[in-house]
Amino acid sequence: MSARSAVLMADGRPRSRFAIVTTVVLCLLWTIPTLGLLLTSFRTRDAARAHGWWEIFSGGWTFDNYDKVFNGNGMGGSFLNSLVVAVPATVIPIMFAAFAAYAFTFMDFPGKDVIFVVIVAVMVVPIQVAFQPMLDMLGPRGLGVSGQYIAVWILHTGFGMPLAIYTLRNYMTTLPRTVIESAKIDGASHFQTFWRLIVPMSVPALAAFAILQFLWVWNDLLIAKLFLSADNSTVIVKLQGLLGSQGQGQELLTAGAFISMAIPMIVFFTLQRYFVRGLTAGAVKG
Amino acid sequence: MSTAPVIVEGGETAPVRGPGNVGGLSWVKLAGGVVGAWLVVWGLGNLFLAFGYYPEKFGSKVVIAILAVVGGVLGAALLFYFINMFVEGLPERASAIVMPYAYILPGLGLIGLMLLYPVLQTINYSFANSDSTAYVGLDNYKDIFGDSEFWVSIVNNVLWLLVVPAATVAIGVVVAVLADKLSTQGEKVAKSLVFLPMAISFVGASTIWGLVYHYDIGDKQTGLLNWIWTSLGGKAQAWLSLSDLRFNSFLMMVILIWLQVGFAMILLSSAIKGVPEETLEAARIDGASEWQIFWRVVIPQIKGTIITVFITVLILVLKVFDIVYVLKNGLDKTNVIANLFFQELFAKDQAGKASAIVVILLLAVTPVLWYQVRHFRAEEAER
Repeated sequence: MSARSAVLMADGRPRSRFAIVTTVVLCLLWTIPTLGLLLTSFRTRDAARAHGWWEIFSGGWTFDNYDKVFNGNGMGGSFLNSLVVAVPATVIPIMFAAFAAYAFTFMDFPGKDVIFVVIVAVMVVPIQVAFQPMLDMLGPRGLGVSGQYIAVWILHTGFGMPLAIYTLRNYMTTLPRTVIESAKIDGASHFQTFWRLIVPMSVPALAAFAILQFLWVWNDLLIAKLFLSADNSTVIVKLQGLLGSQGQGQELLTAGAFISMAIPMIVFFTLQRYFVRGLTAGAVKG
Repeated sequence: MSTAPVIVEGGETAPVRGPGNVGGLSWVKLAGGVVGAWLVVWGLGNLFLAFGYYPEKFGSKVVIAILAVVGGVLGAALLFYFINMFVEGLPERASAIVMPYAYILPGLGLIGLMLLYPVLQTINYSFANSDSTAYVGLDNYKDIFGDSEFWVSIVNNVLWLLVVPAATVAIGVVVAVLADKLSTQGEKVAKSLVFLPMAISFVGASTIWGLVYHYDIGDKQTGLLNWIWTSLGGKAQAWLSLSDLRFNSFLMMVILIWLQVGFAMILLSSAIKGVPEETLEAARIDGASEWQIFWRVVIPQIKGTIITVFITVLILVLKVFDIVYVLKNGLDKTNVIANLFFQELFAKDQAGKASAIVVILLLAVTPVLWYQVRHFRAEEAER
């Protein structure tokens, strides 16, 4: 009996050695590559070439890479660009999507199902279809704003819209309908119901979409690379440039990569709870 | 569906009609709505175009960003306010009919402009020449099908499709199930660590794994994989150049799997926690082993979520680009459709061929799209 009680955890469930060993191995696999990058980013170029990062006692530690990449390489400027690109591109789509989601959830109208099915279908469409037509529309042949932030804001707003409407609508269907009915009977218009009831009640879903969109915009390479001029380019584009320069600048690459990850990781860790809830609410029925 | 009368605060029966449309048609509201909406669109349009045309006038990028956030949010709110005012000004019946469309119009318009119209335009361009000035019939498609690089890409895309979604789901299930058996604290830590790569960009992940796969000329190896491999007695390799059996493609798939398992795990984990304890208990009483319980009880109950995750990753894999572009740019037989498109459109300036490639990509996603819609319909029917 005593042997049996030894394999129970604090909450009374049996302790599974197999589960512990396997998860530890998987966790190591999932963290060691990132750890390698982090350690390498604090090493001098010579040290990184002479020793693997796991030889931590071989010396050659430095903060220079961060200094150089931030100040010398223009990473500081592109860091700002990333913020300037990501924040408006995250915030602007939300209201458009929220109104549409409200209509799809709480109003009945002819064509509702068909239109919503189109939105579901469009989520699958690869954004590559849009590049040539959008380059025409935003480039010199059209509005002439290609290269500026505005071009990227517009694109991310459009591309994020189907997912935004879909996630918000999925969440809103879980809200109690009686609340809306009683608001209606109270004489509230749809506009008032939306602002006073639905928006406050949908905050978790709004936050979840915002996090998802922020990560997506911040981490995006394609749109930023194609639609932003060199002055306005984001950290991800800058990082991709560093990756291309094989050999020289290798020590800056690791520091640059870490700088590019800092903000998403902070967002991610501080808001993880919302993010998880939103993901599960959006994709899992319920 | 409850049809019981809803009791309003105070217990009185409130009037059903809203205060806005008591008198039916209201010219003031109609006019106010139109003028207001037009002013907002005009003002915002000019402000945002000014960001594009005269960025230096705003002093700093931060000012532009703040103005964009404030302008965007306030502008959108005002726009809806005036649209709403206009619709409320309509006679009551018309107002009720128009209102839903007014609410979905801005969002739907953006989707139409940026996703639906481009689909048609791209199909159109795929029959045109390299700068979209004249139609060339099916020449682009003939060129593509005659290009060996295209077939290399197709094979790779198929491999990615076969491996990545299945592996992601499988590992996701393993982590979710095993983490569930850990202590609360252990589960939290394990999940956070596996989930963390969700925040990392494809380019960042490629940098991370580029270091792992790194090959040094000479004896000293600083790449983790080569270090392990040579420690085991192997010969150091330039891993990402090994195209035999598309080995390098598989190494790149590892990166995407590594990035996506966290997402799979989170969804699967919440599904597993939703499996009722009684069914598990019943199976245990019947003498089923943990292994049997997993396959016969847990898996069937989370099948829906498994399919959702599988499809989501599948869609992502169909468009896989960044990793291949950043690490190899399609060299050594690593090319994929999305990268081929990029090369044709931007390196070779072949808009026609590039469009044809996207059309093929579109055709490839169509079955998924059809499935997605069916799945959605089935789910709606259950609500």
